[in-house]
This record gives sequence, structure tokens and C-alpha cells, in this order.
Amino acid sequence: MKRRDFLKACLVSGATASLGMTGKAWGSGSFEGYPDGMGVLVDTTRCIGCRSCEAACNKEQKLPEPASSFDDKSVFKETRRTDENALTVVNRYEPQEQGKGPVYRKQQCNHCNEPACLTSCFVNAYTKTKEGAVIYNSKICVGCRNCMIACPFNMPAYSYSSAFNPVVKKCIFCYDTRLKVGRPPACVEICPQEALTFGHRKDLIKVAHERIRETPDRYHDHVYGEKECGGTGWLYLSSLSPEQIALDTSLSNDPIISNVKDFLGTVPMVLTIWPALFSGIHLLATRNKDHGHEHANHGQEDSKP
Amino acid sequence: MNARQKGDITMRAYRFRPSPALMILLMLVPAVCLGISIPDTITLNDKGTLYEPFPFNHAKHVRDAKECSDCHHHTTGTLVEDPNCVRCHRNSGEAKTVTCRGCHSRSPFSVASLKELSSNEKIYHRDKPGLKGAMHQACIGCHSKQAAGPVGCEDCHTRKKAGHALYNSGEFTPKTRTATGHGH
Repeated sequence: MKRRDFLKACLVSGATASLGMTGKAWGSGSFEGYPDGMGVLVDTTRCIGCRSCEAACNKEQKLPEPASSFDDKSVFKETRRTDENALTVVNRYEPQEQGKGPVYRKQQCNHCNEPACLTSCFVNAYTKTKEGAVIYNSKICVGCRNCMIACPFNMPAYSYSSAFNPVVKKCIFCYDTRLKVGRPPACVEICPQEALTFGHRKDLIKVAHERIRETPDRYHDHVYGEKECGGTGWLYLSSLSPEQIALDTSLSNDPIISNVKDFLGTVPMVLTIWPALFSGIHLLATRNKDHGHEHANHGQEDSKP
Repeated sequence: MNARQKGDITMRAYRFRPSPALMILLMLVPAVCLGISIPDTITLNDKGTLYEPFPFNHAKHVRDAKECSDCHHHTTGTLVEDPNCVRCHRNSGEAKTVTCRGCHSRSPFSVASLKELSSNEKIYHRDKPGLKGAMHQACIGCHSKQAAGPVGCEDCHTRKKAGHALYNSGEFTPKTRTATGHGH
């Protein structure tokens, strides 16, 4: 009876430890991003779809020659995504309401405060720099492409065309050449309309809300990226609702890491406490068995000629 | 080289000439504008690396615009009507400078500009576009609204060779992949 009670208690406490400890107990506090982290406010009401940002990115990042020139507007016929040859692309969205002109939205890595790509990378190839960029080290990368699956914005691409040295390709906020020394990324610098505003992320959030407040007719009242997935370095303003310009509104405000923190928190417990616990249970459960007798029997059997 | 040197003179002050047509034109201009010399042509993009400098026909825009303040905010012409500006500039007098570059910075995102913004909380116009942004927003914004005037890049300024190289346009237009023989 005593042993049964002990086992019952063990099972109950074990179950509590593995299942009951939900949420915040395991997860550390949410990371709000580096205080001086930079960002870019993408004001799609200003974008005219000139694709200068794509051209500037191509030059700055030494990407291969495009299929057609950057002033070719026929590319807007289809929705494009970033790939190994284009770390940023502009897409055109036709508003549902009549009488409104098309809306162009540039897309590239959003440089999350708590990037899912970084969370998913088991070799730590990704780094969130204090300047706000999410960069990666292709020398460490083993090519598992977990980051491509983890990214809620589908941004990382892979150079499938390279047979011998394929690497992950995504916007790095021009970190090496510009951001590190305080210069805005190439796309921001070239944008004729200043649809892209570079600055401290915390200031840009204020600027974005101020634009909505001062000209409410111009904007849909939402700063996309302020809260999505724990906040992103790149923020979006639009006259249309986010879903109309293909921004995912199903994303939670919690960073992706919150989805796995609870699980990852149990890993050390499973690896350390469980072996000790279950060994103890096993020992207790088999304590009253007559080991010595069995051994003696074995010994007798063995000793038989 | 010559064009670049010429382009450095961004404003050519208008000299008064007693022509009747001009007198009529000047009568149409609000009185406050008359205190200063009004350029009829302004060379824009004089320091452009991708596009050639081009003459902006100021005189035509003076004729076509309703008010100087349509472009010059509250710095010249009538007072502003925008409710956001009126809050402070209801009775603002004329500013010392009326040029775009007098207020709009050529490098709005430079380290110095951003440092100034973050170190001085008292700056009110924190979201002021840079010179390039202000001009393109004003020109393209009005041209699209009025459905008149150029809105395309090369409708205003022609691309230099460096511009064509960047945009892969003109002589740098990519040939079709089959033609170049790249098999990727």
C-alpha cells in the first residue's frame, strides 16, 4: 500500500511538472527589441511603384542581373516574392473599392524584434544586431532551411541555383555596408517619394501614429509591424486594411518563440529530472523482489557443467 | 562637366522687364509674392548622379497654381488653411527663406539628422520629408491629383548613363536569357 501511494504521488507530481507549468513560468519576459534599434516605416500611400528600391538593392547587394530592366512595369501583373536574386520586391494591389488607385507595397525581411528564423536556427547562424538588423552567417549555416519554414513572413530564400554552395538569401538591412556605420539602407536612400522613412524604431512608431492622427482620411488605422509577432523593425502604413495588401493578419502579437518557449523549457527537465525520477521509481518498485535469490539461481545454472 | 557647373546655380533671379504680358502675369500673383524676386526657371536635380538636371518651369506653375502656399506652405503667399498647420501658423508671417532646400534637408537620414532628432525633443516638425521626398511628393502628388503633368520618372528628368546602369535600362537592358546563352 505504501509503495502504491508513493508511485501515485510520483505520477501526479510528474504530470504536474510536465503539463501544469504553463506559460510565463518558463518563458523569460518578452524582448521589446534593442532600445536604439533602427527600423523603416513603409508608407504605401506614398509609393508610386517605380521599383527604384529593387534596383538599388540589386546594386548594393551585388545581385545578379535581373530578367528585365527595373523600369519594366509588366512585372506587377503577377505577385512576386523575394528570392535569391531579389531581396526586396514591390507588388501591386488593386483596392476593392472603386475609384481608388492601386497600392504598391515593398516587401523584404521585416527584421523582427524576436526573429523566428533566429529561434529556429539550431546552429545560431542568425544574429539580431543592436542596430536592429537580422543578419546571418552563411559559413555557419548547414542549409537545413528551418528558418524558411519558421519565418511568418516567408522572407528567407535559398539559392537553389547554386549546386555547390547554396546559401540562405534575405535582406540584411544593408548591415555590412551601411547600417553598421549609421547610414540608411540603399532602398531608403534611393526612394524618390520618401515612402521609406529610416529612423529609430521607437520614433517611427510615433511618427506612424502621428501621420494617422493628422490625416485620418489617408490611412487605415493600423501600424502593421508595431505588435505583430512581437514587433518588427519594418513597419507599414496603408490606405487599405493589411489583408488587402497581403499582410498576414492572422499572426499573433506574441513572438514566434513564445510558441516554443514552454516546450523548450521542459527539455532540461526531461533530460535531467526524469531519468533520476524514473530510476528511483524503478528501484522502489523492484525493491521487494528477491534479487539475491534470482542471482543465486543464475549462479547455480551457470555453474552446471 | 559644363552642365554640372551650370546646374550649381539652382535659382536664377527674375529681372523685371517692362513687358505688358508680364505685367498682367504679375497682377495675377498675390501681392505678398511681389516683395521678393520670383525665378521663372529653377534648375532641379543639379547634383543628381542618376538623372540629368532639368529646368523647372516656375513661371508656368505660378500661373497655374491657385496660391503660392500650395507648394510653399506658409512661407510665402496666403496663409495656410490646412487645419493641422493652422493650429500654430494662423498668423505666421513670411519666412526668411522660401526655397525648398531652406527647410527640407538633402540628407534627412544622416547620422547627424537622426541624432539631432533624438537629442532634441522640442523639434516639432519631426516627420519632415527630405528635399528629394518633399519635391517628388509635391510634384507627383499634385500632378496625379490634378490628372495633369508628368508622373513618370523620365517624363521629368532624363536618365544619365549611371542611371541606366542602375535600372538595367537603355543600353543596359538585359538581353533575353536564351540570347546570352546562360543556362540557369
